[in-house]
Amino acid sequence: MAENKPTQTEVVSEQPLMRLENINMVFKKSNGLLTDKHIHVLKNINLDIKQGEIIALVGESGCGKTTLGRIITGLLQPTSGNIYLDGTKVTGTFKKKITSYNQVQFIQQDSYAALNPVRTIYDSLYAPIKTHNRKWSRAQIDEKIEELMSLIGLQPSSQFLTKYPHQLSGGQRQRILMARAISLDPKLIVADEPVSMIDVSLRLSLLNLMKKLNEQLNMSFVYISHDLSTTRYIAQNGRVAVMYLGEIAELGNIGDVVHQPRHPYTRALIQAVPIPDPDFASYDELPLKSMNLGSLENRTDGCCFYDRCLYSTDECKISVEYQDTPTARVLCRNLGCVPNQPIYKQKQK
Amino acid sequence: MNENIIEFRNVSIDYPLRKYTIRAVTDVTLGIKRGKITALVGESGSGKTTLSSSIIQCISEPGKIASGDIVFFDNVDGEDKEIVVSKFKEKEMKPFRWKRVSMVFQAAQSALNPVMTVEQQFVETLLAHGEDKDKQKQRARCKELLEYVKLDAERVLSSYPHELSGGMKQRVMIAFSLLLNPDLIILDEPTTALDVITQSYIFNLLKQINREKNISMILMTHDISVVAKFADYVGVMYGGRLVEYGKVNDIFRKRRHPYTEGLINATPSIIGDIDKLKPIEGSPPDLMNLPKGCIFSPRCPYAQEVCVGEEPSEICLEDGSKGRCYFFKERDNGRK
Amino acid sequence: MVKVKNFFILVGKRLREFFIGVGKTCKKVFSNPKTIAGFSILMVFVFIALFGELIFPYNADTDVANKYLDPSWEHPFGTDWLGRDVFRQVIAGTSSVLEIAFFSAIFTVVIGTVLGIVSGFVGGWVDKIIMGITNIFLSIPSFPVYLLLAAIITIDTPVTLALMISIWSWAGLCRAIRVQVMSLKERDFIQICAVMRMSKAHIIFKELLPNVFSYIVINFVMAMRNAIMASVGIMLVGLAAYDPTNWGAIINAARTKGLINAKNIAILMYPLVAIVIFQAAMLMLANGLDETLNPRLKVM
Repeated sequence: MAENKPTQTEVVSEQPLMRLENINMVFKKSNGLLTDKHIHVLKNINLDIKQGEIIALVGESGCGKTTLGRIITGLLQPTSGNIYLDGTKVTGTFKKKITSYNQVQFIQQDSYAALNPVRTIYDSLYAPIKTHNRKWSRAQIDEKIEELMSLIGLQPSSQFLTKYPHQLSGGQRQRILMARAISLDPKLIVADEPVSMIDVSLRLSLLNLMKKLNEQLNMSFVYISHDLSTTRYIAQNGRVAVMYLGEIAELGNIGDVVHQPRHPYTRALIQAVPIPDPDFASYDELPLKSMNLGSLENRTDGCCFYDRCLYSTDECKISVEYQDTPTARVLCRNLGCVPNQPIYKQKQK
Repeated sequence: MNENIIEFRNVSIDYPLRKYTIRAVTDVTLGIKRGKITALVGESGSGKTTLSSSIIQCISEPGKIASGDIVFFDNVDGEDKEIVVSKFKEKEMKPFRWKRVSMVFQAAQSALNPVMTVEQQFVETLLAHGEDKDKQKQRARCKELLEYVKLDAERVLSSYPHELSGGMKQRVMIAFSLLLNPDLIILDEPTTALDVITQSYIFNLLKQINREKNISMILMTHDISVVAKFADYVGVMYGGRLVEYGKVNDIFRKRRHPYTEGLINATPSIIGDIDKLKPIEGSPPDLMNLPKGCIFSPRCPYAQEVCVGEEPSEICLEDGSKGRCYFFKERDNGRK
Repeated sequence: MVKVKNFFILVGKRLREFFIGVGKTCKKVFSNPKTIAGFSILMVFVFIALFGELIFPYNADTDVANKYLDPSWEHPFGTDWLGRDVFRQVIAGTSSVLEIAFFSAIFTVVIGTVLGIVSGFVGGWVDKIIMGITNIFLSIPSFPVYLLLAAIITIDTPVTLALMISIWSWAGLCRAIRVQVMSLKERDFIQICAVMRMSKAHIIFKELLPNVFSYIVINFVMAMRNAIMASVGIMLVGLAAYDPTNWGAIINAARTKGLINAKNIAILMYPLVAIVIFQAAMLMLANGLDETLNPRLKVM
């Protein structure tokens, strides 16, 4: 299974692995007897995910990144829009048994909740493999489990397979989740904040494992997080989509976006991230008009960042569109007025 | 006035369970500087929350101080007084708690009473501490505090906790901790559940409080980036021991203790060289099954024979830093 | 031939694993003093139910000359108004009591669990229909219905009585199981089953059921308890007197004979105490099981 694919993650085919076209997600909440509130969680999302790339979805709580992740895995059906997998339209086919949607797997944030507390690790790993390989014998499945355990670095496997989830540490459980996800040989894995509940000193080894899986098995990863620091580490050569209130504010290569953010929100975000170096401590006010997040209800066609933006004009209230800059694709019509110098002087690879 | 406001003297805290006892904090001697912000950094199981909540005797059951003293330096009528707060009975602790030392808890959601409005909770605390019974004065004080933390006082005072966002609740908690003008505020991971932009606002606010009102602060966190931005002094805790303490610049430049070095090298950042990052090998210590000698030795890349023999005692240097490592004095990883 | 041999080896291996698993659970479950106490007493009753009549055969012949004898070695509980040995009556009645308890609990648990899981898992209009039926059963008080049914149906076997009792007691369990299934459905580890394309059967039997299993076990014990209470109540009113040695029947008979006679009260006490001991044992067992099995459930 773990054939050594070339470490270059060059795109082999022109076609993206997954294409999201005009995805909209609206939740209805009843507002009194007769009316409904429309909560527009995702608005006009267009995104291509290439084979073998790591792409990050970054944003704060309420920006819709988790919802988008669930739409990508198929757990949630978008209100409108289309999803293409390897060129085939797969919107709405999630519930059907035979579908190429099998190729997308999911790693959840809370490793404890993601494992059945009354079944052993072995059972949890055995079941999905058996479901997809009915003809395999017990011995064959055991062999595959052994392979997976060595891939994720939990050896000797017998020590872990007989245990229940509550007997393992958070980091070990997270590795089991990864093993389970890759056991079905997916092409794309969505990881929802996989390291946020892990101790700081252990995060790097988990992220390294994900990097290794991406390189060795050429699996694409969608890394969802609110933490730009770990995002930069894992999506080193990949792209990042900075999300705000359900829209992609900025999409570009992570190194570029972090070094020279163009969207006013991204600029505020980068300035707000604390840096583990006392030389960089600053207490300047963030370039934002207010602290409060906008509302997801009653969305207009105008820019959703309008009320917090220091550089907004009246036209921004009415409409907004994407502009392409050398570093990123930015959802802002007023880029000329937004400062564009790098936030921190040093640019790193 | 003594330069310290609180001093831990050889404090050990135990959790006696049915079959065995877990020592959550072992022999910590630490001085919290008056008027400054001291951060306690450590991961899960390091004992930092246990240590700081012991100041106001708020350790979660069944923890209790096994040995050592916690001393509060008071200044009464120009005279310095040492008060041993660890020996306080509940009666003596009452006027001390919240009036001299208050605390901002980790999950603001659970610290606020869900069936009382914000104003009711503030007033309840004021009354409990025998403050002004005058309603007008109470209201004015509440308003003043909420405005200080940049909240819309009118709206927030009459709201219930579930009507406020996470960031707003945390600011209410900060205002709450300022209610009785304490000398020291303990902050337990004040921004864990909040997003980066709100976090930035909260820390700027706390820094402002520290500067303007000269209130000392102890900050507990596992995030050293926050420490770099915010603290003046840093204490690093591991497995219940204080493994390093010093000024924030020294900690980040010199990284004398191997755990400090490992922690800083394992923390990704949005700038800086990615290739220089390295995880710390091994796993956090099992408090029920500690290794012989220095408890960091199984994970330490510099461990030697002497490290697995006996646990190192604290070595203090002239500049005020100290740490638990046999090679503390020699190590000086000076950054470029 | 080799294939057959391999098959048996496999079966043997699986059985061995299964029993080891069972053994480990038993060890954990029986480390609780309440469970041990309750279970032991239950086993005593079971023993009496199975073998009691062999050791102490009951002779229903009347022997009026020996009526109302005081307790002695020969008649540990004395004799009743017809000269019959009360002790042996109680022993003989044990099997009837336990039968009612056991069958009623099985019916209750099976009906309640199946409907609860279907209702919670499938949702939609199936859920609404089942909940509607459950609500009917829950809002009409059970005892009057028992009386009504008892008047219509002739109750001549313990199984009939058990069935009748369980018809009104499955509703509560159904509700509770439904709620648990609904909340489990939203948990991460069930959601991932959808992403991994596991079959519905797998989700229900291998993922959901083990999580509600301990709840079902505890409810089984409580259902046995409730069945006893209901049956005693029915017999007390005289509606199901098919077996005069059933404890409820003894109590009823003593009561109708007139409680002014102290001897009748004494006769009444023996089966009553037996019921109390049985109920207390079941409660202890349920509590003990709850303590050991629930912490894992509670970690939600």
